[in-house]
Amino acid sequence: MRAVAAATATVSLRHFRSFPTIVPSLLFSSSSSLPFHSPRLCVFLRPRQLFLNRPLAASFSSSSSGATSDSTYDVIVVGAGHAGCEAALASARLGASTLLLTLNLDRIAWQPCNPAVGGPAKSQLVHEVDALGGDIGKVADRCYLQKRILNVSRGPAVRSLRAQTDKREYAMEMKKIVDSTENLCIREAMVTDIIVGKNDNVEGVATFFGMNFYAPSVILTTGTFMSGKIWVGKKSMPAGRAGESASQGLTENLQKLGFETDRLKTGTPARVDRRTIDFSNLEAQHGDEEVSWFSFDPDFHIEREQMCCYLTRTTKITHQLIRDNLHETPTYGGWVEAKGPRYCPSIEDKIVRFKDKESHQIFLEPEGRDVPEIYVQGFSTGLPENLQLPLLRSLPGLENCSMLRPAYAVEYDYLPAHQCSRSLMTKKIEGLFFSGQINGTTGYEEAAAQGIISGINAARHADGKKHVVLERESSYIGTLIDDLVTKDLREPYRMLTSRSEHRLLLRFDNADSRLTPLGRELGLIDDRRWKLYQEKQARISEEKKRLKTVKISVAVGDLAAEVSSVSSQPVKESATLESLLKKPHIHYKLLEKHGFGNETLSRMEKDCVEIDIKYEGFIVRQQNQLQQMVHQQHRRLPDDLDYYSMTTLSHEGREKLSKVRPETIGQASRVGGVSPADITALLITLESNRRRTQDVKRGKILEHALAESNPQWVEDREHVVNE
Amino acid sequence: MVNLLSFRSVGVHLLRHATPIITRGGRISRPISKNLCFVLFSSSPKTSLLKPRAASSEDNSLVFKGDERVVGLLGKVVDDAFDNVDRFQSSSTIVAIVTPIGGPPGAVGIVRLSGPKAVEVARRVFRSAKKRKKKDSDSDSWRPKSHFVEYGVVVDSNGNVVDEVLAVPMLAPRSYTREDVVELQCHGSQVCLRRVLRTCVEAGARLAEPGEFTLRAFLNGRLDLSQAENVEKLISAKSSAAADAALEGIQGGFSSLVKSVRAQCIELLTEIEARLDFEDEMTPLDIESVINKINSMSEDVESALDTANYDKLLRSGLQIAIVGRPNVGKSSLLNAWSKSERAIVTEVAGTTRDVVEANVTVRGVPITLLDTAGIRETNDIVEKIGVERSETAAKVADVIIMAVSAVEGWTEEDTELLRKIQSDKPMILVMNKIDCAPPSSCDQLEDQRKKEEVFHKSVFTSAVTGQGLEELEDAILEILGLDRVPTGGHQWTVNQRQCEQLVRTKEALARLREAIEDEIPIDFWTIELREAALALAQISGQDVSEEVLSSIFAKFCIGK
Repeated sequence: MRAVAAATATVSLRHFRSFPTIVPSLLFSSSSSLPFHSPRLCVFLRPRQLFLNRPLAASFSSSSSGATSDSTYDVIVVGAGHAGCEAALASARLGASTLLLTLNLDRIAWQPCNPAVGGPAKSQLVHEVDALGGDIGKVADRCYLQKRILNVSRGPAVRSLRAQTDKREYAMEMKKIVDSTENLCIREAMVTDIIVGKNDNVEGVATFFGMNFYAPSVILTTGTFMSGKIWVGKKSMPAGRAGESASQGLTENLQKLGFETDRLKTGTPARVDRRTIDFSNLEAQHGDEEVSWFSFDPDFHIEREQMCCYLTRTTKITHQLIRDNLHETPTYGGWVEAKGPRYCPSIEDKIVRFKDKESHQIFLEPEGRDVPEIYVQGFSTGLPENLQLPLLRSLPGLENCSMLRPAYAVEYDYLPAHQCSRSLMTKKIEGLFFSGQINGTTGYEEAAAQGIISGINAARHADGKKHVVLERESSYIGTLIDDLVTKDLREPYRMLTSRSEHRLLLRFDNADSRLTPLGRELGLIDDRRWKLYQEKQARISEEKKRLKTVKISVAVGDLAAEVSSVSSQPVKESATLESLLKKPHIHYKLLEKHGFGNETLSRMEKDCVEIDIKYEGFIVRQQNQLQQMVHQQHRRLPDDLDYYSMTTLSHEGREKLSKVRPETIGQASRVGGVSPADITALLITLESNRRRTQDVKRGKILEHALAESNPQWVEDREHVVNE
Repeated sequence: MVNLLSFRSVGVHLLRHATPIITRGGRISRPISKNLCFVLFSSSPKTSLLKPRAASSEDNSLVFKGDERVVGLLGKVVDDAFDNVDRFQSSSTIVAIVTPIGGPPGAVGIVRLSGPKAVEVARRVFRSAKKRKKKDSDSDSWRPKSHFVEYGVVVDSNGNVVDEVLAVPMLAPRSYTREDVVELQCHGSQVCLRRVLRTCVEAGARLAEPGEFTLRAFLNGRLDLSQAENVEKLISAKSSAAADAALEGIQGGFSSLVKSVRAQCIELLTEIEARLDFEDEMTPLDIESVINKINSMSEDVESALDTANYDKLLRSGLQIAIVGRPNVGKSSLLNAWSKSERAIVTEVAGTTRDVVEANVTVRGVPITLLDTAGIRETNDIVEKIGVERSETAAKVADVIIMAVSAVEGWTEEDTELLRKIQSDKPMILVMNKIDCAPPSSCDQLEDQRKKEEVFHKSVFTSAVTGQGLEELEDAILEILGLDRVPTGGHQWTVNQRQCEQLVRTKEALARLREAIEDEIPIDFWTIELREAALALAQISGQDVSEEVLSSIFAKFCIGK
């Protein structure tokens, strides 16, 4: 029943059509192992060409008899959360006819937990998605309630932006974008099965009410919905989020296909009514006066009025209440086993694990401009509902609060991501991609980051193009995906700056210069955006040149005097502006103050200039280290290595490498349980294999050559071979 | 074919230009023309048209091309570095003494450098005599001419002459490893060689692992396949020893310092990183105390390196473990041998609970004796730990002395114990308490030794009278046959590595203090701390990030 015969035929036909000249059986397998081309060498990849094969779905549907045009697409995205939306948008913008399936049309890009985007490392993800042409940054810029820069003075690599967002507005804005994007259809459906073809390739999805949709690429972004179950105290019900039904049946069918699934847990705190909180004695947290932006696109830099967050603390009563009722919580009562994240502990976890801490900070964050709901950050709990209100009321300011929604925990199925390659396509089923929480991550930003990559690759896959992989050191997105597919993660994964070995190179300010050229090459950055980008880079580089050449005289003007007093370092006669900027505590603003700035630059551009100059030494050093490492790290491993037969590897190494099947030496070295000695052994095996193949090949070629009658030709060749 | 392509990028490059039809797995599904066959095997860089572009042709991925803004800073280097990733290229430059040491000194000893920075390191340590006359020590000007010997001196970072040497540069690919190699021919004395070695380490080279030159030679296309097997054996033997965490406990030298400095680095990283990733949930960082910790840490490291007599430590020769059943007189033997009361001796079996060390010198070779708890099945928890340590001691020692009681003769337990500690290390059977044993038991023991072929020697001793100790010393020297201690034994290697780790740490901490002085933001501190922690890793490649994260979550209440 599953693999509908008509569909099989139609899919191969589709491939056939897109490559009219070539044998279809070969085409089927064109996939992840194909090279991607660097900008300089890009031959196939000009954006114009991306659309060449586009009439594909349309032309196919008119010529087929089995299915209607409504059920056949290039890419199907299952789930319209933060991963699903980015995936669908990227895919549609690349020209693939895309179908976005969701359980509920009114809950697109919903923020079921904290109403915020960004924070350390997460904001870098948002900037990177934006640099590639994604939308999370734009929507967050449009719907913010408050914005703050964190880690202002702790170094450019950890500086990060966080926005409180209006969750309803956020969902609406994203829906508007999704609705108005060409090539993108959206529809309500519960996907219950994956339709798989003869060659272990995906052909489409089957839905609960019996409808089938067909596409050569399918992206699953099921979030917390796959066999989701929510808990309040001892009560539980199947649900993906409170009030939304879970998706049933898909897990079992994925297991039948041979996928390993596991279960994770996370939770969300209660929401209280703003009107019942007494803010008068609470510490207020205001937004930045000078607002910063996620998106590199100035069209989205529209300032709006900001709202306040508030700070309160747990009290002795809170702690007592929890200690007295620990047995009522799922974790300590022992009826939920799935693991929750370490960095998102429930309030009972905090109190049990950190007994000595007398009080914990609790943040009160607005969920929107027009709704009274307040998100009680840091207060998620598994306690039964009847205890939750007394618990909330133990917090200063909330003594008389009324609770609008109870806190709950949610358990859901995920697929350990070592089953995906770095393109996010599964290793088992060709054309099937996983993104977001299904891969064991948490957070909207992490989801969006995976979404855009899987969207790009799904569209390219449907089009018979090579997949794109972001290397670990290229971006936080690359780091995230590399960690997911390489390490054996058994708790929800959250991005942190400390996860990146070279974070100094992966800053918010250079996300565009790292990734926008790639976005352009892929076809996600339009001409307007590209022009803006190029102009910006030109201005930055001009300004750096200017600062290098303009010299000031110590005798004239106050700049030199102020610089030496602020930095407590002497200023040399006729020092360049660049050398001044390198001194401690000297910022671009000081140059401006004395009339040595450049008013045509935006604040962001000035930041870029300052960072490039001030930290040049460190940046160059890191870059050099990276460069040394890259030689070996990027060396590719053949797909068909039989690790079990490599007796020089440790047993654990053999087992883990067989499981993860890394794509490069660098990835192999990051697999848990693989020692440096294993890597050496692996290198030796590779070299031995290479020589054996070479010997065989050499023999064949010589034979071939001898068969030729021209003796001169043979001699020449031997000369070359023996060199 | 797949492999072939990845290593011979030239061919692929051409193919790509000739309408690439590539299927999964990178196979070429197109009849290869004669012409192409030809090119596939010429990796010759002669024709500029064929410049390899492996990264972009065979790879399906995007390499970090750097950020467009920074490319200018680095210039062309970036390009070269990111192409050609499929070739083997080591990132580090290694150094080692390649002539045998430990035996009687030869007239000449050789220190070999190999790797991308071999010339750079050599430039830092080598002053050519020729140049000095002409231009009065222009420090960076040594331009090696491949395969030309030059006479000069090795100087340390302060400019002090370390040794008079001949430098033999062999530039890539015309060298053993096919990398840039510089060999420094020094005077053969160990002190000279080790000083030169240390100077190279300080100048940025890393100590070579056993067999690493050969490994590189192989990975770069030299040697034949059968030789590779030997390399593999060497590597795996080494890793099993290094990975044995049990060894850590009783390794001497700097090991406790290395451990404690590493722990401090991780602790500081934890404090700082927690603030960076969870800014608003943490109490502010006590910068003062962080700076104090960093200062005291770097003082520790510096004083350890400066005051500890490096050469003496390096020469701290052999470790000999004395093992045996309880109450066969191991401790008495140690006391008698070291002429001290180092170990407590009683009639009670199981008196020694821990490893007791004593130092003796045998004909000028310093030896550390490890007296161990008697090995037996026991329920006493303290004794049990002692027994485990005894077994570990047997593992780390360079020579094992198994003591049995001549009074009781060879017993079942002895057989059992022997099975436990047996290894390929030299073992000596010591029959103690000979003064109170009947001659018959001696014969029985001698027979036993012949039966158990693992013992290289057997000696009859009496710890009480001192009888047989000289013979024991002779036995040790004979077994080792001084020339058979290739690199000075296990302890020597351990010290050597730890010293290198501390040198790296010292550098990182010096940069860190500089950054603090320049009031560079706190994020930059973590770069140096990470480097220090990495340098101090017990096994290279340890994941600092994960360790710091675990430590953060264990230590702080974080998360909303």
